[in-house]
Amino acid sequence: MTDVMLAVTPPQMLAKRRRFRVLRKLAAHRSFKIGLVLVTILVLCAIIGPMLTGIDPTAMSIRSRFKPPSVRFPFGSDQYGRDILTRVLHGGRLSLSLGLSVALISGVFGALIGVTAGYFRAIDPYVMRLMDALMAFPAILLAIGIGAALGAQASSIVVALSVAYVPRTARIVRASVLVIREMEYLQAARVSGAGDLHIIVKHVLPNCLGPLIVQLTFIFAYAILAEAALSFLGIGPPPPTPSWGNIIAEGRDYSVEAWWVMLFPGLAVSLAALGMNLLGDGLRDVLDPRLKIET
Amino acid sequence: MFRAIIVRLMQSIPVLLLVAVLSFILMHLLPGDPAVVIAGADATPAAVERIRRELGLDQPIWEQLLSWFLGLAQGKFGSSLVLNQTVLSAVAERLPVTLSLAALSLTITLPIGITLGILAAYFRSSWIDAGVMMIALIGVSVPSFWIAILSVILFSVTLGWVPSSGYAPLLTAGPGPWFASLIQPAMVLSLFQIGFLARMTRSAMLDVLDQDFIRTARAKGVSEWRTVGKHGFRNALVAVVTVSGIILSLLIGGSVVVEQVFALPGIGRLVVQGIMARDYPLIQGTMLLFGFAFVLINVAVDIIYTLVDPRVRYD
Repeated sequence: MTDVMLAVTPPQMLAKRRRFRVLRKLAAHRSFKIGLVLVTILVLCAIIGPMLTGIDPTAMSIRSRFKPPSVRFPFGSDQYGRDILTRVLHGGRLSLSLGLSVALISGVFGALIGVTAGYFRAIDPYVMRLMDALMAFPAILLAIGIGAALGAQASSIVVALSVAYVPRTARIVRASVLVIREMEYLQAARVSGAGDLHIIVKHVLPNCLGPLIVQLTFIFAYAILAEAALSFLGIGPPPPTPSWGNIIAEGRDYSVEAWWVMLFPGLAVSLAALGMNLLGDGLRDVLDPRLKIET
Repeated sequence: MFRAIIVRLMQSIPVLLLVAVLSFILMHLLPGDPAVVIAGADATPAAVERIRRELGLDQPIWEQLLSWFLGLAQGKFGSSLVLNQTVLSAVAERLPVTLSLAALSLTITLPIGITLGILAAYFRSSWIDAGVMMIALIGVSVPSFWIAILSVILFSVTLGWVPSSGYAPLLTAGPGPWFASLIQPAMVLSLFQIGFLARMTRSAMLDVLDQDFIRTARAKGVSEWRTVGKHGFRNALVAVVTVSGIILSLLIGGSVVVEQVFALPGIGRLVVQGIMARDYPLIQGTMLLFGFAFVLINVAVDIIYTLVDPRVRYD
């Protein structure tokens, strides 16, 4: 009797076990661990760092212009004598929250559109043709256009990049929905009288979460890079509030004489994007081994 | 074959139409009044009104869309407000720059990317594999314009090997200066695609090298070189062709930023200048051409796909 009891594990326990298995696999994944450490350090620096230095990132000082890295200015100072370390730490707040916002907004809208298109087949062709058309414009150009239209401010960068990445997210979600909707458990749910909304929320969404999360980590990385590129082109978050992108953009004119101004924020961008990409690689290996790189 | 091309082209028509509508909408999203831009800062309201009527901007928006579509059907992409030339001639003037950059960059990317990918797959889990993965990661993590500026500091300012900016046309300046003006931007662009291509080639090769026919080839004594190069890579090529569309779109997107850093008068720079100057017809026209190019590149990729893999059909 007890043997039979043991052999049949209740479904809740199976789900729990599965979740633990995912966590164990992630904990054993080398690039996931490196990525997690990198991202955690950068996020902590952005949150705590500004409090520790206690310097105003916009405080100018004519006497300390263009000081190379030293004990007083670990990352040097810029053309207004502002401390680059402080500016990079503050810039991290803006750049990282920008990346997070873009990832979350693309995730929500991409999932909505992808699930709708994949589940309700009648509207699928129309929605996906629109997504295809949006994807026909290079992401950076679309973002430049929308960013210029909305004016140079952090919120318009978020909108511009989200518009560029929603179609790519929607396509990935739709692809997994198309597979899920043919599964037997979905037919079972339908036969037992479950409504569309119930099926979508309880069965479809949870099952396309893996590829979605993977995609969002990559979008986070793209968004940080794109913010830097847009700032460089003059349509990023406006100075004097620092973002990694606009510190590099401001340092560009002095890149030969004062290389430190653009070197350190560039390193910060690279490390943040590297961390998110490593995290994404790890998550992909564990959550969705079939997925290939999408840009 | 001919049928496949027709079918695939027909399939892309709705997307092309949508691309045109989106380019139009994007231009109307931009704030400011084109009439004011053309008239200049100290024009009278009457002059602004006259220009607005001339451009048809006083018409309802759907009529403007319709007349723009009618113009497109006749091959008219409109005229730039600032450059005093048509959009098509402005694009045609700058196309050689962008095409030279793209061609040179592909010439660097394809052999290196594919070779690295094959090596990484063949010496799986070795230091070569790790190194290739590292290059791929750097390619998706480092801002291209930042690398471009650092590269200028090293190769142009410090070493003085190549000019830091500007473009020397092939026909008037000769191949030497042309190559010198493009090699640095092309290498910067390639750095970002080599990793991507290597990674794609690697995963395609990994799938193929595990197949039975590879073992058969080895068993019957085919040389290792031929096994991997011919039996292996020919089959992995399908996957490589699939991503060539992505490579080209990476190239187009990347060239926008790289042309800006190196002051190359290409199409990417043209669009950015257009957006900054609020040159509406120019933005609309160039965005449309970019979109069309992308859609047609994908059609071409799909058709090449049927050539490489005869099992794929478009009916």
